[in-house]
Amino acid sequence: MTETQHAPLRDDPGRAEDAVPAIELAGVRKEYHAYGETVAAVQGVDLAIAQGEFFSLLGPSGCGKTTTMRMVAGFEEPTAGEVYLLGESVTGVPANRRDVNMVFQSYALFPHMSVFENVAFGLRRKRTPKAEITERVTEMLRIVDLTGRERRRPSELSGGQQQRVALARALVNRPRALLLDEPLGALDLKLRQAMQVELKRIQREVGITFVYVTHDQGEALTMSDRIAVMNDGLVEQLGTPREIYERPASKFVAGFIGTSNLLAGDAVESGGGTSVLKHGDGGRIEVGREFATGDKVELTVRPEKMQITADEPGDGLCRVHGKVSEVVYLGTSTNYNVTTDGGADVVVFVQNAMNAEDVARRGDTVWLSWEPQHSYVIGSAE
Amino acid sequence: MRRLRGALAPYLMILPGGLWMAVFFVVPLVFMFSVSLMTGNIIDGFKQTWHWQNYTDGFHTYGDKLVRSLWYGLLATVACIALAYPAAYWIAFKGGRRKSTYLFLLLLPFFVSFVLRTLAWKLVLTDNGPLLGPLRNHGLLPSDFHVLDSGFAVVSGLTYNFLPFMVLPIYVALERIDYRVIEASYDLYASRTQAFLRVVLPLSLPGVFAGVIMTFVPVASDYVNSEVLGGPNNVMIGHIIRTEYFDNSSYALASALSFSLMALLLVGIFAYARALGTEDVLEAAGR
Repeated sequence: MTETQHAPLRDDPGRAEDAVPAIELAGVRKEYHAYGETVAAVQGVDLAIAQGEFFSLLGPSGCGKTTTMRMVAGFEEPTAGEVYLLGESVTGVPANRRDVNMVFQSYALFPHMSVFENVAFGLRRKRTPKAEITERVTEMLRIVDLTGRERRRPSELSGGQQQRVALARALVNRPRALLLDEPLGALDLKLRQAMQVELKRIQREVGITFVYVTHDQGEALTMSDRIAVMNDGLVEQLGTPREIYERPASKFVAGFIGTSNLLAGDAVESGGGTSVLKHGDGGRIEVGREFATGDKVELTVRPEKMQITADEPGDGLCRVHGKVSEVVYLGTSTNYNVTTDGGADVVVFVQNAMNAEDVARRGDTVWLSWEPQHSYVIGSAE
Repeated sequence: MRRLRGALAPYLMILPGGLWMAVFFVVPLVFMFSVSLMTGNIIDGFKQTWHWQNYTDGFHTYGDKLVRSLWYGLLATVACIALAYPAAYWIAFKGGRRKSTYLFLLLLPFFVSFVLRTLAWKLVLTDNGPLLGPLRNHGLLPSDFHVLDSGFAVVSGLTYNFLPFMVLPIYVALERIDYRVIEASYDLYASRTQAFLRVVLPLSLPGVFAGVIMTFVPVASDYVNSEVLGGPNNVMIGHIIRTEYFDNSSYALASALSFSLMALLLVGIFAYARALGTEDVLEAAGR
């Protein structure tokens, strides 16, 4: 079927169609009724996922990400709002007539069928000619590196292999989009990391839109083109991994993605689009927004952006003063836990590149400093 | 010493059950087999004469009853599947939080003695009983219509009495199916019918298989239903064995008939297991 190994499986949709999002959610809500109470699992989500994109829905359990995905798959109907696949509304269309396929968290392979029959299931339901089924299933098993296991039962395969069968079973149908519900959750760390790279490769090879649901921020950052961070049934932030990591839009996002240091300071001077905050004795933090004098401002700074020094840092750097409460040696880096004079507990990552010895010891008083552009204001209070 | 005890532990655990079976199952079985080859009568006593003719005599005299027993067993087993499968399906998938209540309701009649229940059926189904009497008096049924003393009554009674042995294993098999597997089949374009035929049914077949073994064997050798509901023309082999043993004291013939029945049932079950129990059938069902 394909001449070259990397030809996309989907037919070229043409330039004009490229502008149509693969999946669009408009004002989607989902309410459940239980014990006389109404609970909104998803409370108004608007998203447009582009064709060929690797898109992640990231959030803690109960944030509505799985419900959102199930509404795209057709297992749940939205209480309000519309779901569009390639510009067409699919409201009321059951799952078996939607051109999207899903990879389930527990794989949900058919235990009574061989690997080949599992992968062929969708094609058989669509009455694809026999010769074409054999050809497409064989090709797909080659892509997921399972050639030679056609006759095995799912129970005879390892977790990683079952995972790849689930992937092949969905992809062989060449869906408009592939939905993946925490597909790596059951694998151990080493295998998970290998599968992350593998998933990315497969997605490039088949050129199909992937929508990836996960609570693992590392996974989302590694693989995604864009991420929607969800909390409490709402999208908190939508952006590229770099945007979300470096410029978290809210306290929740800052706390959920990676490690973040939360600092608070009182505005002491402002003007020219910036303000200076005071944090403890000698603490001076510059932020890129004007605040009224006396405002209490909250901001985050990533641990790897901070420097730790014994002497007071030079002008132009943000700085706070504090005492080292713990030093944790991690091989490639060392973590310093510092309690600032302003009462905040922060972590600083220091790469162990050149330092033969720790830059500070437990109990030392130190200065922490960073470039002003690494301060992100996430809230303020009078 | 400790290691020795550890190695012996599994054997010690099967010892009580194993002994029990040896004393109360294997010993009587061997003894009965020996009796089945004896000649004699209750007055002069029985002697071991390796009289294999007891078996051929049994077949000559009661062959039709043996065949009828297997036939009734088959009918009642099929009727049990037809009634039990939808019930088990409904409880497993639609029962919600009341699953165990529904199962209990289904088992409730079985807190009443087996014989008593069958006698109650006789009371209800008798010609002038509460069900047929009024219908006949009002001319809604012909006056020569009966339910009792028919093969239909026997098979109905057998079906009723052994239904839970079919419901429970099917329920367990259905309950164990991961619902996401069914969702996956919908996701892969299966209609509700296809999802049932390709996924739910094949995955529940082990339960049906267990249910068939647990109903067919006791049903085919049952003697209460044919005696109470069947009358003289629908006698099953269990009833004959009972009569020959307790009423006629033909111990040798009764034993020979018992072993014949056992052999037939074993052959039937193994043939069935070969036909249905292999995984290739499940594979074919998945296509």
